[in-house]
Amino acid sequence: MSDQSSQAEIVRNSLKRRYRKERRFRLYGMVAIFIALGSLFILFADIIGKGHTGFIKTTITLDVTLDSEMMYLDDPTDEDQRSMADFVAPIIDALQDHIPEAETAAEKRELGRLVGNYAASEVRDLLENNPDLLNTTQTIEFLAHDRVSTYVKHAGNPRYSIKLSEQQQRWVDELVEKGVIDTSFNDVLFSRGDSREPSNAGILGAIVGSLLTMLVTLAIAFPVGIAAAVYLEEFAPQNKFTDFIEVNINNLAAVPSIIFGLLGLAVFIGLFGMPRSVPVVGGMVLALMTLPTIIISSRAAIKSVPPSIREAAEGVGASKMQVVLHHVIPLAMPGMLTGTIIGMAQALGETAPLLLIGMVAFIVDVPTGFFDSATVLPVQIYLWASSSEQGFIELASAAIMVLLTFMISMNALAIWLRKRLERRW
Amino acid sequence: MQTANLLPLVLVLAVVAYGLAYMRSRAVAAPLGGIRNLKALPFYYAARAALWCAIPALIVLAAWAGFEGKIIQGIVIASLPQETWPESAGEASLILSQISNVAAGKLNPEFVPEHIAGAASLLENLESQSRNFKAILVILIAILGAAFAWTRVAPHINARKNVETTLRRIFFVCAALAVLTTAGIVFSVIFETVRFFNRVPLSEFLFGTTWSPQTALRADQVGAEGAFGVIPLFTGTLLISAIALLVAVPVGLLSAIYLSEYASRRVRSTAKPVLEMLAGIPTVVYGFFAALTVAPFIRDLAEMVGLEASSQSALAAGLVMGIMIVPFVSSLSDDVINAVPQTMRDGSLALGATQSETMKKVIFPAALPGIIGGILLAASRAIGETMIVVMAAGLAANLTANPLESVTTVTVQIATLLVGDQEFDSAKTLSAFALGMLLFIVTLLLNVVALKIVRKYREQYE
Amino acid sequence: MNTINPSISTGVNMRDKQAAEIPVPQDKPEDTIIEEGKTVGKPFASDPKFQLRNVSVSYGSDRAIKDISLDIGRNEVISFIGPSGCGKSTFLRCLNRMNDSIDICRVKGQLMLDGEDIYSPKRDVVELRARVGMVFQKPNPFPKSIYDNVAYGPKIHGLANRKSELDEIVENSLRKAGLWEEAKDRLDSVATGMSGGQQQRLCIARAIAVSPEVILMDEPCSALDPIATARVEELIADMSKSYTIVIVTHSMQQAARVSNRTAYFHLGHLVEVNETNKVFTSPEHQLTESYITGRFG
Repeated sequence: MSDQSSQAEIVRNSLKRRYRKERRFRLYGMVAIFIALGSLFILFADIIGKGHTGFIKTTITLDVTLDSEMMYLDDPTDEDQRSMADFVAPIIDALQDHIPEAETAAEKRELGRLVGNYAASEVRDLLENNPDLLNTTQTIEFLAHDRVSTYVKHAGNPRYSIKLSEQQQRWVDELVEKGVIDTSFNDVLFSRGDSREPSNAGILGAIVGSLLTMLVTLAIAFPVGIAAAVYLEEFAPQNKFTDFIEVNINNLAAVPSIIFGLLGLAVFIGLFGMPRSVPVVGGMVLALMTLPTIIISSRAAIKSVPPSIREAAEGVGASKMQVVLHHVIPLAMPGMLTGTIIGMAQALGETAPLLLIGMVAFIVDVPTGFFDSATVLPVQIYLWASSSEQGFIELASAAIMVLLTFMISMNALAIWLRKRLERRW
Repeated sequence: MQTANLLPLVLVLAVVAYGLAYMRSRAVAAPLGGIRNLKALPFYYAARAALWCAIPALIVLAAWAGFEGKIIQGIVIASLPQETWPESAGEASLILSQISNVAAGKLNPEFVPEHIAGAASLLENLESQSRNFKAILVILIAILGAAFAWTRVAPHINARKNVETTLRRIFFVCAALAVLTTAGIVFSVIFETVRFFNRVPLSEFLFGTTWSPQTALRADQVGAEGAFGVIPLFTGTLLISAIALLVAVPVGLLSAIYLSEYASRRVRSTAKPVLEMLAGIPTVVYGFFAALTVAPFIRDLAEMVGLEASSQSALAAGLVMGIMIVPFVSSLSDDVINAVPQTMRDGSLALGATQSETMKKVIFPAALPGIIGGILLAASRAIGETMIVVMAAGLAANLTANPLESVTTVTVQIATLLVGDQEFDSAKTLSAFALGMLLFIVTLLLNVVALKIVRKYREQYE
Repeated sequence: MNTINPSISTGVNMRDKQAAEIPVPQDKPEDTIIEEGKTVGKPFASDPKFQLRNVSVSYGSDRAIKDISLDIGRNEVISFIGPSGCGKSTFLRCLNRMNDSIDICRVKGQLMLDGEDIYSPKRDVVELRARVGMVFQKPNPFPKSIYDNVAYGPKIHGLANRKSELDEIVENSLRKAGLWEEAKDRLDSVATGMSGGQQQRLCIARAIAVSPEVILMDEPCSALDPIATARVEELIADMSKSYTIVIVTHSMQQAARVSNRTAYFHLGHLVEVNETNKVFTSPEHQLTESYITGRFG
């Protein structure tokens, strides 16, 4: 007995030290969680901080007198005349109404650089489509030059360098005061393809490219993935080849994505001579990459269908295939859909393999078909992020916000599906 | 007719075949006293007709579409006058793109040599012929297939069995696609790799300490062949992966332990999905974050304490990659820790051990093999990660262990060597495939070993 | 046997456990023969190690233990018997607060060990468990060597200053558990390689090594063959000299062989407590009689 009580004494004395260790260990855990969640927070804060200005465009609204003499243009329908005409002159003239002090040729040139590089072609397109507007005065909203846009949005921000001369800065200030230069929601971002100029660049091309690519991926990966899962769960004989298939699927799930790019490059483009940069090839590569995810989750869904259902169907004389088609697949469908959506979200964010099959090209036009050259949203982000033009950084961040919105909604949909439709047996 | 239009056409034909066969099976059954006297339901006769119609046609269509490009290109090249035959694959692709540009009307035929213009018209001719033949053949096969199935709508034939066997075979082919994919990967790297090693000896590749694949533009330039020693790439990859694991393993493991052992149910149910969000963020976003935020921050920080740091540092890429694989490590550790039976925990707690003692001295050692397996999987992911390093680690093949310097990795080199226009014959391009082979082998080995360890560990407690 | 699913019981927060006492809805007794809180026989002892008064345990809204009062005497061997799901294991696990690790489990009433409340907020659960050891239904040796298994408790509590002292504790514990002769030559081999009976005796040795005052045994022989069972029963008889032993068992013969007193549980009620031979020869309560004569169980 004395043995027991002396030992109890020892235990009691050691408690303080041991609880200190316990608290320290718990603290380590909390710090770890904090680091992980903190990084996520910083990442989001950083991207939103950088990217929210990407949703703002800077415009210059001018009353432009489309004077035929000033433009050296008599007949806007004549292509030769159009190619020789000076469409900048009326814009500068309109700007001069607000900034009368710009008088010398050099100053006028400086003034003309406040509007974006595409302003002249906007005027040209306007006249080409409506020749009647010649010699009338029109109120036209131009996109401001990137330097102006940067100045208006980021003056005073040390991360951005202002590339306007002091004189131009004064003019811009004046125009902002007069309401000529204004900022508004950047609809250009959602209505155009890529451009060499940040203010003129949009993600519509990339979004459509992503959509087309995802459609191809879905059309291949979903049926094939489910068929493969059904085969492995329901029909596969216990043999070496089945084991081999399983080993392959498990390993493919962990193969680096860039390797799938090599596969696409060598087989689809090299061997089959398919075109580069097109959604079909991108979609096929991503489908191969996504298949293991879909197969693995579909198998889990099939496994969770209780044997009693199968037995009940077999009991009334259904064939194996009928059991599978009428009962197992419908019952497992929510789980399969969840897995598919998660796989698709993964594919939507994938970049590396698409670089190798040439989806990094600079493409202005919004793709209209599966065989059009296209890029996808993550690749567009990559291209803009590596650009030296500072205006693209905020666009890249804005595009990231759009991409993350897509992905989070897809994952939310998957979670909702799982909660809503998945049966608990 | 374009492949894109043929595909829906075949499907429409299949639907028509389905409808016709359905009606015929009912018609056949009617004089016998209803569908009860058929061997199978009308649905199966119809489905068989649809399959007979669609499958052979689709196979022919796929095969034709897969190979027509190559065959036509071959014919066009062969039609060129002998003295203008391309000497290398690179030259061939150049000539072909010129020809196809002329054929597509993007290039004025008057501006190109006569033989190119001739080839262009030949190309146009062949392509339209191929389109027509393909369309006729595919439609013919579809109709023949449907017709055959039509004649086989008879009461004594068990269409259900046929349909089920066919479906089962289709399912099998889908499952076997995984094997085909692996074979495709091996196939796509192996030939180029062999060609690469014909030019650069294996020993130089594996043990060389300089990597500068830029082959000279002119043959007479100095150092025309470039250097293909993979060691700097390997050390770069290892350095970045090691930094990533140094972040991810403690953070992931400790968060898993905290969440499963200490956190209240409420904290757990919010923290876990948020943590898993880290895994769902696209790598290009991490790359952006690493290159534009973390790397400059580290450079400034290093300068403040008087160190010299490159604006693209291994540290930035490694740190961000570490954050990316935290959820990977934590969810694997979570699985593994939860697989340790509760009786083990109870046994230790009943002896008066505190939770941390139980964790450190009983659960953790018991779960160690599983955790090691998980870390190996995480390592394989870190080695294969591309976008973060492409954007944040740089291209300079420095042989260094200094995390503040810029290094390059295997994946970065694959990506940069193969992005944009390539000449398929240069050692530079081929080296990317050799690197791909290396990457595939290393990650495959890591995965196989890791999966084996994890499986063995699971079986131990099952 | 256990109404608890151990796999859901991860995530422990000791402080939360004691906080709220959820009021338990007073449902009607399922069995009209039992009157809640009434126990026939001799539930109280003159020199109690444990004094348990009006103990109720609930899992969420399920009441697993309903108002039980019982004394457990010093150096007594007491058996808890009863049909499956009667709450005997749950009750046992209250005695060293193993139920703490189940989030939804709430314990009400007074549980005193040597006059001190087990569930008082000031009570240290680590110290409590060092004094009240436990042996489980399924042998659960750690996947370590035999030596490390036995040395684990002394090590974490710092009971040995030197390696030689630790060796001594290990040897003594293994001797007391009757395992020394079989194990002395392979102390370094992994414990999970032993037979089931050896593993269970190892677990007993592991519990003894921290010199507890009380040993709780939750069906210690249910996973063992008859020969191994006999050895463990012998061991329990030996240990009864120096320890208070509470044993939950499914086997009435075992209860009869090893214990001084026997308590019969039924659907969360403590129906009858008496000297073992009294319970088995002339039970006072009708339910007890039905059970021991095998009418149900």
